Amino acid sequence: MSLVEMKGIHKYFQAVHALRDVDFHVGDNEIVGLIGDNGAGKSTLIKILSGLFPPDGGEMYIRGRKIGPKRYSVKRAHSLGIETVFQEQALGDLQPIWRNIFLGRQPTNALGLLDVRKAREEAHYVMTELMRFTGAGMSVDAPVRHLSGGERQGIAIGRAMYFDADLIILDEPTRALSVKEVGKVLDFISRIKEVGKSCVYISHTIIDVFNVSDRFVIMDRGEVVAERAREDASEASLIDLIRNTRT
Amino acid sequence: MEKSHSESLAAAEKELENGPLKERLAKKLSEHRVQVAVIGAAVLVFGTFMVLSPAVFLRPRIYVAFLSTAPFFGIMALGLTLILVSKQIDLSFPSTMALGAFVSASIFAATDNLLLGMLGGMSVGAVVGVLNGILVTKVGIPSIIATLGMMFALRGAVHVLSDGMSISLTALSGAPLRNVFVGMSPIGIPAQSLWFIGIAVLLWFLLFRHKFGDHVLFTGDNESAAQMMGVNTDLTKTLVFVILGVLAAFAGVLDSLRMLRWFPTLGEGYLLMTFGAVFVGGTSMFGGAGTIFGTFIGTFLVGSLEAGVIAAGLAGFWTRLFVGVLILVAVTIHALLSRR
Ligand SMILES: Nc1ncnc2c1ncn2[C@@H]1O[C@H](COP(=O)(O)OP(=O)(O)O)[C@@H](O)[C@H]1O
Ligand SMILES: [Mg+2]
Repeated sequence: MSLVEMKGIHKYFQAVHALRDVDFHVGDNEIVGLIGDNGAGKSTLIKILSGLFPPDGGEMYIRGRKIGPKRYSVKRAHSLGIETVFQEQALGDLQPIWRNIFLGRQPTNALGLLDVRKAREEAHYVMTELMRFTGAGMSVDAPVRHLSGGERQGIAIGRAMYFDADLIILDEPTRALSVKEVGKVLDFISRIKEVGKSCVYISHTIIDVFNVSDRFVIMDRGEVVAERAREDASEASLIDLIRNTRT
Repeated sequence: MEKSHSESLAAAEKELENGPLKERLAKKLSEHRVQVAVIGAAVLVFGTFMVLSPAVFLRPRIYVAFLSTAPFFGIMALGLTLILVSKQIDLSFPSTMALGAFVSASIFAATDNLLLGMLGGMSVGAVVGVLNGILVTKVGIPSIIATLGMMFALRGAVHVLSDGMSISLTALSGAPLRNVFVGMSPIGIPAQSLWFIGIAVLLWFLLFRHKFGDHVLFTGDNESAAQMMGVNTDLTKTLVFVILGVLAAFAGVLDSLRMLRWFPTLGEGYLLMTFGAVFVGGTSMFGGAGTIFGTFIGTFLVGSLEAGVIAAGLAGFWTRLFVGVLILVAVTIHALLSRR
């Protein structure tokens, strides 16, 4: 039984047929590299998986249980252990780090009042322990707009790590990162594997994905055009696959 | 584990606190620069009044007068602050004020029950908020247009329903319940200003210490980010319109209770005063940020100008000029401060 299974997924944006009959699955403790050129439909596919919007056709199963699209949402995905770091990072620039980390699932009392103390302490833990931020004097109260590109990505990833999901989806996480920061992200993905969890790693560059993935899914113009197990693939063959679909 | 997180943050903060005093002060000041600016403006305006007309402005009477008139639009300015933080706008609240108070006065006229009337009026305010919310989030009309339409439609409805006639509430003069809302409180300040303070405190907690306020801040800051983290931004926006609708109806009830008469033109002069109070206070239209404290002070600044202008011996029509200049100066200062 797969952790996640999507069958015959379609999605339209007005006239654009962004996903055409897509099958996609993620196994237990599996790292899936989802690759394809810009505009292939990778982000659209995982936005459906993460509950941001429903598909226009097809079926979805999580741990073998069918998911009704009407009752599925980001909140539901979170509670089912699916955590997403979106390509857009999903941060509020003007808000402090601690609010960003807990957005959507704030620690509160019975009246819904925030436990600011706890949120700030846990945010500090995310920054120092999980992400090993070293920025001198960086405070959990700093607004996100003061952070560098790498630090912003760190907050988005740290937030996903903190909630201890079974499946972590990373959409182009290394875009705009320095070499050292890319290394941190790849370490993080290896750790996901070590602790027995699963990951979907999206990229349009193969080099990063290649070393950490168990399986590759290649998309082009809204369709899954190829799948390769790690053993049957080389970097060169994957690059060829992407190129060939583009002719 | 949790214990260690708390100790670790405490240690990190200690380190920051051990920095030079000057730096720490500068940091605190810059964190609260909007509040500091609005306090500065208040000191300047009232200082000028005190110099120009010390006989009036060095006595408490004039301040009691502000406290009795400013809360009516101040209560709406507090609700409008939340609207602007969520990156929406609402032009309909002066009409909601009239409609809510009309429903309230009509129910009272029919039942002799003021509380029932208030409940009815505020429910209508909530319904107006829901309608605004549906027009904006489900139909997809920009809030400036949707609420402009609502403003005209409701004002028209009020005139049609009331036949253009006012409603007397003199039966309530001396009623203990009236004193609870607009009487003189035992501590010598008008009851409506205590309601204003209470609502300000409540909305501060709602915006900055409640889950809902978190959603309002992020909806205004980055709506798609809020959605990606599971916030129902349509519901959040609708609730913010509902809050202002209810507060506008409440303000309308208070205002008509004070005058002991409901007028179909109730609220017509309040649109600009209310926006003025919010902008002078330092909340911008960019969304994602705002200050309840600023709106609170801004209300008294805007509310004091009319009385101040007259007391200073100028003709009443100078008021608008001063309100306009105050808004422009305040907004310029806030814009310069936020550029850093
Ligand atoms: N919200 C949207 N509205 C309209 N079109 C969209 C939207 N999101 C994606 N698309 C379109 O769907 C296609 C796939 O986009 P996307 O999933 O972002 O590709 P990828 O992530 O693989 O680069 C593109 O043609 C894109 O323009
Ligand atoms: Mg993408």
